[in-house]
Amino acid sequence: MINELGKNILRFVIFVLLQVLVMKNLHLGRYIILLPYVMFILLLPFETPKQLVLIFSFITGITIDMFYDTPGMHAAASVILGFSRGLLLPVISPRDGYEVNQKPTIQYMGRAWFITYALTLIFIHHFFFFFIEVFRFSEFFRTLTRVVLSTAGTFAFSYLIQFLFYRKD
Amino acid sequence: MRNLINFLVKNHYYFLFLLLEGIAFTLIFTNRSYQSASYFNTSRAVAGYMYTQMANMKEYVALKDENDRLAQQNALLLNMAKTYSYEAIRVSKIVVNDTLLRKKYIYIPAKVISNTVNRRSNYITLNVGKNRGVEHDMAIINSEGIVGVVKDVSENFSSCLSILNKDVKVNCKIKKDGSYGPLSWEKDDDSETATLTDIPIHARFKVGDTILTSALSSIFPENIMVGTIKSFERKVGEPFYTLKVQINTKFRKLNHVFVIRNVYKAEQDSLEKVSQVRDKDDK
Repeated sequence: MINELGKNILRFVIFVLLQVLVMKNLHLGRYIILLPYVMFILLLPFETPKQLVLIFSFITGITIDMFYDTPGMHAAASVILGFSRGLLLPVISPRDGYEVNQKPTIQYMGRAWFITYALTLIFIHHFFFFFIEVFRFSEFFRTLTRVVLSTAGTFAFSYLIQFLFYRKD
Repeated sequence: MRNLINFLVKNHYYFLFLLLEGIAFTLIFTNRSYQSASYFNTSRAVAGYMYTQMANMKEYVALKDENDRLAQQNALLLNMAKTYSYEAIRVSKIVVNDTLLRKKYIYIPAKVISNTVNRRSNYITLNVGKNRGVEHDMAIINSEGIVGVVKDVSENFSSCLSILNKDVKVNCKIKKDGSYGPLSWEKDDDSETATLTDIPIHARFKVGDTILTSALSSIFPENIMVGTIKSFERKVGEPFYTLKVQINTKFRKLNHVFVIRNVYKAEQDSLEKVSQVRDKDDK
């Protein structure tokens, strides 16, 4: 039985490799770019101190940056994602709070909860990432289209992954 | 003082957030300008190794395409070579002591190990670096046409701006007519088109004409293939045409490229800089 820390390190490695080896070579046109590595941050256990969430987000982002030749862009967006996660979790918590051993997945928290949680955070991440990347407002609606379509893509991908790889144990 | 420390400790979560964002944005801004810091060199070591492995795999799959392209280029070069052409007039008396023509460009072969086409700023990573004499601002072409410009160089790898990048501008001309203008990659271009602006209205051209690099660029040699004219328009009130260019290079299948070193670039740049400075002083 692997403990929680080992599981998360393994998940980190898998998501980073998935992102840089598979997703980077997947060309779905100019409007859809899948960034499923954010799932690593989304799937961190509820008990993780929020300071650590920030630091993990930064490390994840900077690792992706190294492979994407984008100094700091993924890191900046990921830290915002980590921060938003800290703000969002108390807002959408069940009435009697999160239970011990619960995980932020569909299997534990239900479909409605997961959709609210993942879709909001993925949108925030993609919004900041694409606007930092383009870095001008003159292409506002074009960039917004990319944000919306990519959010939908990444979310769909993450949603499917949950059914493929996670089982309530 | 104690209040300050209390304040910091109490709000350390927010300060941590600001600190990490600060680091990220510092990286973004310091690397936006050309010539970036050592960040790239350290990261290239790990990422570069992985992408080399990946590229080796991809190269194997693309062997057939690559063979065809090399065969075509060979044929072209053979056609150009003197030894394969029939000498119509035998001139044995004239000795040509060629001291006027000197080599201006040196070609360094390289392999693409990472490439993107879908982003607003696309980058290419090559498997050559300082060890092969690659430097900042060198041109990259392949047998089909222009590819990009070198941005950062580490010991064994170089990171390059692809032509499909909003920050790259290359001066190009229409082959038939000679009118030139800057070629850029605008927001409505896809991975196969680019935009050539500022073509004067007296220029004569039609759809399908060839676009080449012009002699004005100090990075690219003259007459490198860029593409063909796809469409053109003239906005009301503007004395210029804006052309959509079909890029000849297949960016989705990029594999073997050449980095071009302009031997006289430093001399040309420093001369131009001197005269620009003098111009400023005069004003």
